[in-house]
Amino acid sequence: MNMHTQPQRTPAETALIDAFGDRLSLLPGDGAVMLKRDDAIEAIKHGLPTRRVESWHYTDLRRLLNVVPDFDPAAMAKTIAPIVEGSTVLPVLNGKSDAKVPGIEGVAVQRLSEKLIDGTIAPGLDPYGSDDAIGALNTAFVADGYFIDIADGTELEKPIELQNLQAGGQTHVRLPVRVGAGAKAVIVERQAGDGAALVSSVSQLVLGEGAEVTWLIVQEQPDTATHLAQFKAHIGKNAKLTLFVMNAGGKLVRQEVMVKTTGEGADFKLRGINLLAGDTHSDVTMVLDHAVPHTTSTEIIRNVVTGKARGVFQGRINVHQYAQKTNAKMACNTLLLSDDGEFSTKPELEIFADDVVCGHGATVTEIDHDHLFYLMARGVDEKNARGLLVKAFVAEVIEELDDETIVEALEARLDEWFATHG
Amino acid sequence: MLEIRNLHARIVDDGTEIIRGLNLTVKAGEVAAIMGPNGSGKSTLSYILAGREDYEVTEGDILYNGQSILEMDPAERATSGIFLAFQYPMEIPGVATMEFLKVAMNEQRKARGQEPLKIPEFLKRVKEAAASLSMDMAMLKRPLNVGFSGGEKKRAEILQMKLLEPKLCVLDETDSGLDIDALKIVSDGVNALRAPDRAFLVITHYQRLLEHIVPDSVHVLYRGQVIKSGDKSLALDLEANGYAGVIGEAA
Repeated sequence: MNMHTQPQRTPAETALIDAFGDRLSLLPGDGAVMLKRDDAIEAIKHGLPTRRVESWHYTDLRRLLNVVPDFDPAAMAKTIAPIVEGSTVLPVLNGKSDAKVPGIEGVAVQRLSEKLIDGTIAPGLDPYGSDDAIGALNTAFVADGYFIDIADGTELEKPIELQNLQAGGQTHVRLPVRVGAGAKAVIVERQAGDGAALVSSVSQLVLGEGAEVTWLIVQEQPDTATHLAQFKAHIGKNAKLTLFVMNAGGKLVRQEVMVKTTGEGADFKLRGINLLAGDTHSDVTMVLDHAVPHTTSTEIIRNVVTGKARGVFQGRINVHQYAQKTNAKMACNTLLLSDDGEFSTKPELEIFADDVVCGHGATVTEIDHDHLFYLMARGVDEKNARGLLVKAFVAEVIEELDDETIVEALEARLDEWFATHG
Repeated sequence: MLEIRNLHARIVDDGTEIIRGLNLTVKAGEVAAIMGPNGSGKSTLSYILAGREDYEVTEGDILYNGQSILEMDPAERATSGIFLAFQYPMEIPGVATMEFLKVAMNEQRKARGQEPLKIPEFLKRVKEAAASLSMDMAMLKRPLNVGFSGGEKKRAEILQMKLLEPKLCVLDETDSGLDIDALKIVSDGVNALRAPDRAFLVITHYQRLLEHIVPDSVHVLYRGQVIKSGDKSLALDLEANGYAGVIGEAA
């Protein structure tokens, strides 16, 4: 006889499964969407991933996710000022989009709840691989967000800022964006709030031929919130994507990045800053597929670790068999400022093509004493000198962005973090 | 202004004694040149004056305006008016030069109970100082010393010295890596700062610099001690005859 012993469910797993039963009648979606939701909750019933699942080895979600808050219909989140003045703000407050969608020339914006109800979004709800816990959680519960379609050739002058703001409870949001051929846009994804929420957020981006997008994820959740996020992108022929991720908050954070080059000449840049403090756990996990020949990528991650914070960066680059002339470089540098902090880095290159240039490097350092001495010898006291050097370590990545407005906006967020954690 | 008494100091890491009973007095308004062969302890002396933690004073004292500075950290020494122009200024990526100048000037002002400089006043001072050293303002938009040539770094050091207006200036081989034109510009910058209430300790290998910055006194450092002191003619003597004679006399 074949006996399957189901491990006992954790309180968090039980809470999610119960919540699904309670919420089911309130969740928008046609038959196809509801089938996807059923599959997703089945995946959760099999248990959240543990350290025995390779892609979750450094973030044992089953152990770390120990409290799941109830949905809180009374939670009241408020919009915040965009990081770049004059941006078009699309707010998602407590998981709900705004009924009044602003008009932007060349851009069609639709509430995601409508796309769930008419079922057109259903194919996008499929899981990514077999251990897609964040995808499953989001698919099971997603109720709203925005669907954005930027028409071919549209060049946006001002950024679009997507604000996913929570005030406690649970929010599950999805933000699919299609950028047409030759279009140019800056999109800011703000993730913030003031409650002890459980947030899942999935962004999906498709770049048409020759499109150019800078996407900034600015995550500043409070140190009581759990933030589970995904960013998935397909980069078409000669299209360019710069993804900037700034993690500066949250109690338990996992930001997954899954990117695929789908057309020759596609270019991907990932720039990331993890500012980790307190007793928190933050994980950035990237899977990049170079799926066609002649595509390029660079990934630079800089981490500052203080307090008892734990950080993770997993970067996996798959170079497919036909993806000749791929050029990929990845670096992860960590400034470890406390004895109790830790950072784990796992770079992986899986290369099936034979004519490629790929490399990776990882360093862990402390503050350079020569630099510290130099600044102090000019009269800057030790605390401020350290602050300048730590900021410099991460600011280097920001300054590379080459757009003064964005650089200033991100440096302002950086200053905000140092003001409270420096 | 500066009185070094029987100073002994060693490298913290390996305990090697570098300074072995050094005595030196520099008065306000004086320009004192420190000369000596390689390995005599010249640069170590400059680092110890600035408070670098890699060295440990085991005996003796350093008095600045009558007060011991041994317990002061580098920042406290700097705000009290001691300035070290580095032989090899560090490149610090990510720290914008202008931002750094503003922070340093204002930290020093704060320590002296002065208001921070308003931005226009700050810019005016930097522009004037840069112009006097034939420095391009575009250079100051770059990260601190990053990609600067050897000569540009030395000019940047003198620029900082001008802006911070210290009382005791220690110049560690400021002439090294400078061509003759840059040497003239840097020397003129230093000479313009000479004042009755300001002293200079000019560390150099060569007499060349002292043709431009004429010293009031010259001291020969050898094996961590001042073995001979004299006026500017001592530098000429060393240039003509080398260190061997002086070292022989002392031995």
